[in-house]
Amino acid sequence: MTKMNRREFSFAMGGLVIAFSMAPAAARAAENARLPGTLAANKRLDSWLQIDPQGIVRVHTGRVELGQGNTTALGQIVAEELDVGFIRVDMIAVDTKSSPNEGVTAGSNSIEAGGAALRAAAAEARAILLAAAAEKLGTTPDKLIVRDGEITVPGTTAKTSYWEIARDASLSRDATGSAKPKPASAHTIVGKPTQRIDIPDKVMGHAIFVQDTRLPGLAFGRVVRPPNYAAELTSLDDAAVKKLPGVIAVVRNGRFLGVVAEREEQAIAAREALAKSAKWRVPAALPDQATVHDYLQKLSTIDVKTVNEKGAAGTQAAKTVTATYRKPYLAHASIGPSCAVAGIVDEILTVWSHTQGPYPLRADIAKALNFPLDRVRVIHAQGSGCYGHNGADDVALDAALLTLGANGRIVKVQWMRDDEFGWEPFGSAMTMTGKAGLSVDGTIVAWQYDVWSCTHNMRPGNRMGVNLLASWHLEKPFERAMPAEAPLPAGGGDRNAVPTYDFQNQRIVDHFIPDMPLRVSALRTLGGFGNVFAVESFMDEVAEAAGADPVAFRLKHLKDERARAVLQTAAEKAGWKPDIKSDGTRGRGVAFARYETTKSYVAMIADVVVDRGSGAVKVEHVTVAVDAGQIINPDGLSNQIEGGIIQGTSWTLKEQVTFAKDRITSRDWAGYPILTFAEVPQVEVHLIDHPELPSLGAGEASQGPISAAIANAIRHATGVRLRDLPFTPNKVKAAI
Amino acid sequence: MPQNFRLTVNGEMREVSVEADTPLLYILRNDLELNGAKFGCGLAQCGACTVVMNGSAIRSCRTPVSAVTAPVTTLEGLGTDEKPHPLQKAFIAEQAMQCGYCINGMIMSAKALLDRNPRASEADIRQALNGNLCRCGSHNRIVRAILRAQKEMAA
Repeated sequence: MTKMNRREFSFAMGGLVIAFSMAPAAARAAENARLPGTLAANKRLDSWLQIDPQGIVRVHTGRVELGQGNTTALGQIVAEELDVGFIRVDMIAVDTKSSPNEGVTAGSNSIEAGGAALRAAAAEARAILLAAAAEKLGTTPDKLIVRDGEITVPGTTAKTSYWEIARDASLSRDATGSAKPKPASAHTIVGKPTQRIDIPDKVMGHAIFVQDTRLPGLAFGRVVRPPNYAAELTSLDDAAVKKLPGVIAVVRNGRFLGVVAEREEQAIAAREALAKSAKWRVPAALPDQATVHDYLQKLSTIDVKTVNEKGAAGTQAAKTVTATYRKPYLAHASIGPSCAVAGIVDEILTVWSHTQGPYPLRADIAKALNFPLDRVRVIHAQGSGCYGHNGADDVALDAALLTLGANGRIVKVQWMRDDEFGWEPFGSAMTMTGKAGLSVDGTIVAWQYDVWSCTHNMRPGNRMGVNLLASWHLEKPFERAMPAEAPLPAGGGDRNAVPTYDFQNQRIVDHFIPDMPLRVSALRTLGGFGNVFAVESFMDEVAEAAGADPVAFRLKHLKDERARAVLQTAAEKAGWKPDIKSDGTRGRGVAFARYETTKSYVAMIADVVVDRGSGAVKVEHVTVAVDAGQIINPDGLSNQIEGGIIQGTSWTLKEQVTFAKDRITSRDWAGYPILTFAEVPQVEVHLIDHPELPSLGAGEASQGPISAAIANAIRHATGVRLRDLPFTPNKVKAAI
Repeated sequence: MPQNFRLTVNGEMREVSVEADTPLLYILRNDLELNGAKFGCGLAQCGACTVVMNGSAIRSCRTPVSAVTAPVTTLEGLGTDEKPHPLQKAFIAEQAMQCGYCINGMIMSAKALLDRNPRASEADIRQALNGNLCRCGSHNRIVRAILRAQKEMAA
């Protein structure tokens, strides 16, 4: 990996302390209130919606389907506002040739921002269509009724339809934000469980994934990566590889190596042969895994302080509690390794990719290849779930380099399993410390929280540098962009570092580590998982010091009614009772968080069983309550919450990237085990719907709380407090 | 040297000319243009490539074409859009996936199990699927879908 010039960096940033307040984002939001979400940046109505006279509403969204069901929910919103059947809505996959640019689909933002934009666009399109219909029928729009696109005037025989007037009612104009969306009370599609549009194709085996792309003359590519980030290619004898059956091209550019072959298994065989023919100088440049948290904490940091003084400063603490928590490097570990198809189509480099950000990817590919932007086109096709920035973008540049190295032959490149585990950007290791002061009556009167983390965002699309793996390995290598911390409330390493509780004298410091000894970027929740794990474990520790029930203690420090409601609902549904003694093996734990401090409210209670002999922890049951504001698709929301809890349980109990001094060693599923069918908890979801309130992002909201709920339950079961993730049997056994 | 192999896939005889050690997966995906079986690991660790042969769920990524000695059934061989298999219907009814990349393996492993043991218990199902990895956390919905299909198949 390209090393950053540390001296230059500390000259620019050394000792700088930046204090953020919550105000600017809110002010910006108010400015754009008339054009909500991403509509302000993509004003043209027909860039979002087109009425096809054949009776179809074509919806161009800038959001990509990642298996989270967002395109279904966005389609519901459009069908609702236009008063057409959901079946008439055709969600078009993002294409940089024609789709609105909504940047990256990430941060649980599709419904909050993308949905708001589409709702406003659809409401305005409806008004334009009805104005044209009224003119045609010689009446006024308020006299019209729309049912599945058919427009009638009650009490008369006059009628038309969207499909008839589509040509007269041009949507080729800028949105003004003048049309008022329907009130929630009138909704018939939004808020109803709706079957996802992508699932039938997936169960029937129809071509829907980028891996299923088949084009005339398609060839197959594979890449050969260096043994580690810093390895240098000292020699390559590819003569024998070029003679292997089916090999079309061996591509070398600097230390980027790849092969293109007629058949997939031939490409895989050529990859193995090419790997054997390459000699590398392999520096042992990685830190020691056993002490990596200490190593990271000693690197220079940029400190971002959030001071949130409430109430009288300096209230005397009668008792002080401190604790330190650690989270390891985690992998996205997608089931399908990253894949892309690239070729030259009508002189345009065309890339089919399961990227989260088609436009940012296009920008970085163009930079890496020195192509003008308009000669690169990225078309989204679904891939295996990514859970953040995995190898999806990198393999797109690999495919581009291989097609260019094979005279424009269209090539499909899929990473092998060890490519994905060895080269994907991980979720950063983190260290979190808490220090709380308790008053005599058991109230938190001082709260100090510190978090150390590398960046959680090295996605493509940065103005400076190129954030694509192969670009750093080219003969004339590109530099990756300078990492920077995202401002709160979304934040990066400090996401969810500021709790929703009403503490007096809060002091929260985000120690942002610009260096990155292991490649890192965005993994579902960014720093939120580590921070909620720490904050919610610590809340239990402080409650225990206060001799208080963990649920009551949290409620005592929570004024936000919606926060209280999810906590009370989870406790009630789970039959939570204070002071239940454990038998030494069974325990239950609670945790709460409001994702990103501005999105969905989630509270849960986990029941665990600890095998004291083996140290194995089984999470048996999780009761969760969720308030995501207005719910668009209840089943979709529930699916996301359940999935987040199961994935979060896997992170908590099993997962960590392993590495030696000279390489990443967790390179397959044996080296990076994840939760299996025998190990998953039952999940009971309780949704609290607020049709009258804006939707809140929920796709990542359940992952943080589950880790702390498990830690708290293990403490209850065994008396042991675990602070270092993951809670593997060996670790639990040693602690007991 | 490539050799000719005759395979029966989803009831149809197909002939391919490939090396004898070519994994069945690439023949299914690239020669026969079937999408169901997916490449996940190439190591028989994840189950995304599962197909059914001789009534058993097998990993097509580690099955050389020379070892294909019986008819093979893939996801495409279960049902059609007009008449989906009860397992396919049940996975839709339970919305039993998020990304769906692993789902081929889940359905094919369940197919082999239910054909062998129509009265499989929930524990049997979890055990039969324990070698199939799902990263999205859809496990419980998948189990519910298989139980639902089991009911329909018994009816």
